[in-house]
Amino acid sequence: MSESLATVSYLGATILFILCLGGLSNPETSRRGNLYGIVGMTIAVLATVFGPHVSSTGYAWIIAAMVVGASIGVYAARTVQMTQMPELVALMHSMVGLAAMLVGFANYIDPAASAQMSGVEKTIHEVEIYLGILIGAVTFSGSVIAFGKLSGKISGNPLLLPARHWINLAGLLIVIYFGREFLNAHSISDGMTPLVVMTVIALLFGIHMVMAIGGADMPVVVSMLNSYSGWAAAATGFMLSNDLLIVTGALVGSSGAILSYIMCAAMNRHFISVIAGGFGTTGGTPAAAGGAQPAGEVVPIIASDTAELLRDAKNVIIVPGYGMAVAQAQHTVYEITRLLREKGVNVRFGIHPVAGRMPGHMNVLLAEAKVPYDIVQEMDELNDDFPQTDVAMIIGANDIVNPAAQDDPSSPIAGMPVLEVWKAKTSIVMKRSMASGYAGVDNPLFYKDNNRMLFGDAKKMLDEVLVALKS
Amino acid sequence: MMQRQETVMESHMPLTIGVPRETAAGEKRVATVPEVVEKLIKLGFGVAVESGAGDAANISDDAYRAAGAEIVADAARLWSSSDIIFKVRGPSAAEVGLMREGSTLVSFIWPAQNPELLQQLAARKATVLAIDSLPRTLSRAQKMDALTSQAGVAGYRAVIEAANAFGRFFNGQITAAGKVPPAKVFIAGAGVAGLAAIGTAANLGAIVRANDTRAEVADQVASLGGEFVKVDYEEEGSGGGGYAKVMSEGFQKAQRDMYAKQAREVDIIITTALIPGKPAPRLITAEMVRSMKAGSVIVDMAAEQGGNCELTEPGQAVVKHGVTIIGYTDLVSRLARQSSTLYSTNLFRLAEELCKTKDGIIDVNMEDEAIRGLTVIKEGNVTWPPPAPKPSAAPAAAPAAAAKPVVAAKKSGGHGKGSAPASATAVGLLFAAGALIFWFIGAGAPPAFLGHFTVFVLACFVGYMVVWNVTPALHTPLMSVTNAISSIIAIGALVQIAPPLEAGLSRPDDWIRWLAVGAIILATINMFGGFAVTQRMLAMFRK
Repeated sequence: MSESLATVSYLGATILFILCLGGLSNPETSRRGNLYGIVGMTIAVLATVFGPHVSSTGYAWIIAAMVVGASIGVYAARTVQMTQMPELVALMHSMVGLAAMLVGFANYIDPAASAQMSGVEKTIHEVEIYLGILIGAVTFSGSVIAFGKLSGKISGNPLLLPARHWINLAGLLIVIYFGREFLNAHSISDGMTPLVVMTVIALLFGIHMVMAIGGADMPVVVSMLNSYSGWAAAATGFMLSNDLLIVTGALVGSSGAILSYIMCAAMNRHFISVIAGGFGTTGGTPAAAGGAQPAGEVVPIIASDTAELLRDAKNVIIVPGYGMAVAQAQHTVYEITRLLREKGVNVRFGIHPVAGRMPGHMNVLLAEAKVPYDIVQEMDELNDDFPQTDVAMIIGANDIVNPAAQDDPSSPIAGMPVLEVWKAKTSIVMKRSMASGYAGVDNPLFYKDNNRMLFGDAKKMLDEVLVALKS
Repeated sequence: MMQRQETVMESHMPLTIGVPRETAAGEKRVATVPEVVEKLIKLGFGVAVESGAGDAANISDDAYRAAGAEIVADAARLWSSSDIIFKVRGPSAAEVGLMREGSTLVSFIWPAQNPELLQQLAARKATVLAIDSLPRTLSRAQKMDALTSQAGVAGYRAVIEAANAFGRFFNGQITAAGKVPPAKVFIAGAGVAGLAAIGTAANLGAIVRANDTRAEVADQVASLGGEFVKVDYEEEGSGGGGYAKVMSEGFQKAQRDMYAKQAREVDIIITTALIPGKPAPRLITAEMVRSMKAGSVIVDMAAEQGGNCELTEPGQAVVKHGVTIIGYTDLVSRLARQSSTLYSTNLFRLAEELCKTKDGIIDVNMEDEAIRGLTVIKEGNVTWPPPAPKPSAAPAAAPAAAAKPVVAAKKSGGHGKGSAPASATAVGLLFAAGALIFWFIGAGAPPAFLGHFTVFVLACFVGYMVVWNVTPALHTPLMSVTNAISSIIAIGALVQIAPPLEAGLSRPDDWIRWLAVGAIILATINMFGGFAVTQRMLAMFRK
């Protein structure tokens, strides 16, 4: 295959990738979109393997490596539970990061790569290698930590080292200093030391960055790492002068950046403050900030009364949160939904953008439980409908339904858009205990007159509700 | 401060709550029922009830005794021996005279209408909590809101009285003896009493219409089965604290026309319109009464404040122009058992707020907004009126918007649209910075790099445009699919594994090969895993 033919194939693959992302605008077209992505990837790989840059001596290696990778990948995709999606995605990000690192190192030690370069061209090439490895390393170690946090192997609490901003700044200065050393190195072995030092610092930085971020900020982190993995691919593309890599990396990078932005907007927080880590560091400690502690009575309710309320309702909105994922309650939720819909109750789901641990987490869980996607709606779509709603059922969510975000300017979550469940005639909060949510803010919703608390494990309580509904 | 410490020191013993018999004419309620006596004792209080206090509400002394209350034979001893008095109506001058100095009184007071009562009580160095002065918009105060609980009872009773005086069924029926049309009921004022009346009348089967100057109650009217009748005039009638306010002349004219029209059409009118501290508005003129069908009924729930109807005689039911006009002022007492139960529950909730330690000792905490509003006299000092209440929680119109700036911010979030355009200066600065960076790159970089750079920047924009269109429900599949396509990095490894070598160049083959093989494995895991899991997820999204 000639150079030009390979380039045209790359162009085709690029278009298919764009169509792939475009297809996701609607569930109807999304499956075809994914197919475009697969076809594009196949074209790109084949064009490369049979292109001018791979000689036939490499085929055996390539086939062996791809068979190993493909079997692991397909196995993982088949066996993963839908509730484990955030972990899987984080783990996959780490692989892109590590691959980018390896490619960067391989490229650097290959004298053929920069044989015809000189002067500015060579400098730029080396900057590209340096940056590519830097981004790859941060993506890799950050994603591994994110994976650990999401799968519960590492505590979800933010780890806040003293003077952590200064540590990060010092790291950045060292990286810049060794960057200079690297560019001034005369031989490959001279340049290796600064490159390795930088890699170690970048890895540590990635670990530190994600360790400082708490559980509920994970949606931002996961989408940010998604973005990084894209930029790592783009940097590799610059390094190898390969436009396909650049375009794909840029697509992925901007996609992750937009998701991060959406997540931050949904929490009314600045991207910088999320990344700088630690909730409460910007808004004072929750105890001090919560000047107006809500007081009053919490009214408990039992499962059979909940069923009674649901049966008598005309309009029901269910607001799921991370608690539903933890309790694996989505199937029971669907059973209840189906039963109520058969009785003519209008049941809808209200999804907050940051519900769960990654963007769109709740949608995937509900889709897995066969909940039709047209009754699963975004916050903006149904927030105005709560006054006409008879029952709002909140399953394992807290901060995203906290009225203090609107009423109390001193609250740490003030200004965060929330689902206005308290405007429904009755709201039922399913919760294991009275513990506050991730933000450590007490929730005045629980004390409202029209609110009822259904204490207990979400799965168990919903099963009881289901039994009561059936009888 | 010192003084307060002393009072606490003195009263180590749990306090006694005294419940006297109501002395006002026609008042049948009692401030505490036996069920609540038990709960108060659990809070640590002692309870004393005047003999015969519950008679009018059909509650015997024995019932109180069984609940653990002490029965005191005469009023004088009860008043003098109690630390706290629970009462329904404000005390008479004689009762104030019986009060022990420094004791606490909880009852209806209406401080605006009864300044002299306030002075008398202050002279007794009393602490007085006027249940009618509760800040009603405070959501956590609702459980103490006796005005609401009593108004609900009154609204219910008003419909029952109307049904009693009305010569027909409320609900429409088709019987063997002929067809009966449903009664038409018009309710003026959709406050708590009005809403209770709407619900009761609708449940009896009548066609219910209602009007209120506050347009925001239309939904509540509809939810109870009533039809909201609009006044054909634009004006917002919400005053402070959830009450209505006096309306303009133009509005009043339009309102009169609407009432006149309703009077000709309906069988029953129930009026509940009150404006705090003012005589009741005259809504139904003699002319309108004349235009009503013979046998119609008017229940004027505002009779005590002068009446909404011109012809109302407070406390009486009279027939004028063939229309029965009921002006009873004791609607609540006509359902004494029910209203007493609700009222005493309100007082119990208040006692809970006052005695959070559950040791039978009260703390009148003036920092608490609800308690502050209730307290009209604190240890002999008149503290009424309280500082102005905060603006209503749900302002229907713009004026109160400044009170909650946090909510207005950032409503966009979901999709690309809706975000306000940035200011001209910001855009200008951004463009200037962009131009500077572009100039810097253009000045230093070789053409080959610039080609790639062009592609990169354009791809960023394409990505931006495409991704904003992704529906939020598919954000997880978006992440997994972008993850899958970012394994395009495999290409970087593929070209390294065995490139056709140019002569004269040696390379550390083994090293590179193993690095590249590692990268290919990782990227392929991602490639296959990412696409497969995306496919699996997308297959689940169905209608």
